Amino acid sequence: MRTSLIGSVVVLLVAVLALTLAGPAPAQGPEVVVYSARHYGQEAAFEAFTRKTGITVKVLTGQTGELFERLKAEGERTPADVLLTVDAGNLWNAGKAGLLAKIDSPELTSNIPAYLRDPDQRWFGLTVRARTIMYNSKKVTPAELSTYEALGDPKWKGRLCLRTSSYIYNQSMLGTMIRRYGEPKTEEIVKGWVANQPVLINGDTKILEAIAAGQCDVGLTNHYYLARIVAKDAAFPVTLYWANQATTGTHINVSGAGVTAHGKNRANAIKFIEFLSSPEAQQMFADLAFEYPVNTQAAVNPVVARWGKFKQDDVNIAAAGEFQAAAVKLADRAGYK
Amino acid sequence: MWGHLWRTQLVELTLNTLALLAGVGLGTFALGTALGWLVTSYEFPGRRLFEWALVLPLALPAYVIGFAVLGLLDYAGPLQSALRSYLGPGAVLPNPRAYWGVVLVMTLVFYPYVYLLARTAFREQGAATLETARVLGRSRWQAFCQVSLPMARPSLVAGTSLAMMEALADFGTVATFGYRTLTEAIYRVWYGMFDRIAATQLASFLLLFALVLLVLERSLRGRARFVQSQRRGLDVQRAPLTGWSAAGAVVGCLAVLAAAFVAPVSRLLLWARDATAGGTAAVPGFGAALANTVLLASAAAVVTGALGLTLVYAARLQPAAVVRVTARLAGMGYAVPGSVIAVGVLLPLARLDHGLAALGERILGHPVGLALTGSAAALVFAYTVRFLAVSLQTLDASLLKIPPTLDDAARSLGASIGSTLTRIHLPLMRSGVFTALVLVFVETVKEMPATLLLRPFGLDTLAVEVWARTAESQWTEASIPALAIVAAGLLPVFLAIRFSSRPR
Repeated sequence: MRTSLIGSVVVLLVAVLALTLAGPAPAQGPEVVVYSARHYGQEAAFEAFTRKTGITVKVLTGQTGELFERLKAEGERTPADVLLTVDAGNLWNAGKAGLLAKIDSPELTSNIPAYLRDPDQRWFGLTVRARTIMYNSKKVTPAELSTYEALGDPKWKGRLCLRTSSYIYNQSMLGTMIRRYGEPKTEEIVKGWVANQPVLINGDTKILEAIAAGQCDVGLTNHYYLARIVAKDAAFPVTLYWANQATTGTHINVSGAGVTAHGKNRANAIKFIEFLSSPEAQQMFADLAFEYPVNTQAAVNPVVARWGKFKQDDVNIAAAGEFQAAAVKLADRAGYK
Repeated sequence: MWGHLWRTQLVELTLNTLALLAGVGLGTFALGTALGWLVTSYEFPGRRLFEWALVLPLALPAYVIGFAVLGLLDYAGPLQSALRSYLGPGAVLPNPRAYWGVVLVMTLVFYPYVYLLARTAFREQGAATLETARVLGRSRWQAFCQVSLPMARPSLVAGTSLAMMEALADFGTVATFGYRTLTEAIYRVWYGMFDRIAATQLASFLLLFALVLLVLERSLRGRARFVQSQRRGLDVQRAPLTGWSAAGAVVGCLAVLAAAFVAPVSRLLLWARDATAGGTAAVPGFGAALANTVLLASAAAVVTGALGLTLVYAARLQPAAVVRVTARLAGMGYAVPGSVIAVGVLLPLARLDHGLAALGERILGHPVGLALTGSAAALVFAYTVRFLAVSLQTLDASLLKIPPTLDDAARSLGASIGSTLTRIHLPLMRSGVFTALVLVFVETVKEMPATLLLRPFGLDTLAVEVWARTAESQWTEASIPALAIVAAGLLPVFLAIRFSSRPR
């Protein structure tokens, strides 16, 4: 028993070692290594980039916080050339932690509007997601809706569904609100929501289902979750309302990318991000993931187009990161769990 | 940061965590022990089937059961919808996103640990023990309370404390249910405020809880050392249940299985049907992911098993406090959230790696990359840190039952330490060793955060495939790799059951 045990340990260790050594094999030909916390609807764009340039794209997916730690720990020996992630707050934090390099690219500055990229040119928004009001179309008329702030009106008591404040998109939304209104007013808005005893549900899709089932009548979610449902079920009884059109514009967030500070293939990395901002790749993002392209030359997906054009909040999205920690603390103080 | 946490939520989170531990501890203990006792000492229709089927929930990741149970009990779910159409739309039904919902799900997910160990313990007690009690005039119930239960205590406590450590480390289920614990706060501070230092401090605070659990476990096991006689003798003569009690046993087992296994798996199967409806649902790289999963999990099981055996055996040979305490502390990784372990493994490893690379550069004269960070070896190391407790607890409970007089006899007959282990202990611990290997294997197959962080390029596992989809709420697409995880876990669980049921 013992010898066979030792034997199998040895065999397994050898196999694992083989796996290890087979992993970081020296590259054949040009390549770009991407750490990605985004993992949906992008493979087609990567393949198109390889076809066009002959540069191989190697991707390691992971969760944002952990990818940051890995990038930091690998330091100047990191194999990563590009960091791709969702949420402006994450991008801002990567920039602040010194993980990203400053890039001068006229192509990126002309493809991407200024408020969707880092003022210090370390990261660039690539797709836009709007976080706005969703309502049960059988119980609520659009005339009853106006702004995020107005969801604190007592008429919504017991009728509001929210995601928890641990959710990064809520934190970023509060971050941009703090930039717009200052902390005291933002806290007042959040307290208004809390006073309406919102049902806290983890999962945007779950919130939409809860609204459809009648557990609540209004809620806040990202737009593409509704798009995914509506693409399959046109009769789904939940509709989107563009919040704050008469005032600041609807809150938006981005997924985006930056070139790592210590990457080996910097030229390829810049080429890669430039390609992702081109109309060709932008079209693929829009088609596959129902997101809004940052490059206005690409068309929005027909499912999304039915909701019409809307005014985006054009406060620089870096505010999401700058005020993220303040937003979390504010939520704690306001009792928004 | 601590001032802010203290003012706003630390007390609430601590109380929530304690309440969760108490609920899950009681729930898994009661359910696991009751089911274990039921299948070993009573005969009822379907008992042989239930005996192994009740272990099946072990193969399911907690987040899958959580999601399925929530989907079932939620406002928009079938149960509440049906009740509302019956009672009228005004009916107020309990919201499962609450304490009881989390405890229910975690009890369903983690009871198999207690069940598995309880069943083995009750079986190993054999007929003689119970019959002696009966001959001495005790009823079956009295015999259970006064003899079987106390004798099985080390196993029961070991299983329950595993379940409680799991509950402490869990993030997926509490996040799904919106129940706020200290684990949730770690992520909130880490991801939301990008304050890794405070997150690490919170994780250390969490470790205090684990430490208390360990002390509690020790004192609950007490000084009691129950050893089994060398020859187990006959199996327990199972008392036949008839009429209502038989029906009750069947319904009870069925209900547990339905909630903890059938419902989640059917949910996955329905999603898989949706996923395949639109043509091919070929998951690219699926075969490789399966192979990687099995290889990594086997490596983790064997390494963790060997290390666990070394530790418990060292403690037996040299029962000094320092050895015992070391063995205990080595298992604490189980109570720490996977992501925290992952980063905890990454940082020192990266330092070592940079040192090696610098050395290599000096010798070779050209830049070398990092060899350890993001390697399969690092991954197996992380699994070992995380899951050592599983193998420790199982092996320890199993080794404790072997009377020390056997060691003495073997040694006085001239056997070396090594041959005492291989010829006496290991054969007697056979089912314990097998259980330890299987538990670690299954845990590794399900493990997500460390795998995500530490894996090398191109080494995707089934859990990674599931994560990449569920992270975007693509449950339909995630169903096929999730079913593969279940299948990869089921096979060894099934084998473990066959193995431990085999008469000796």
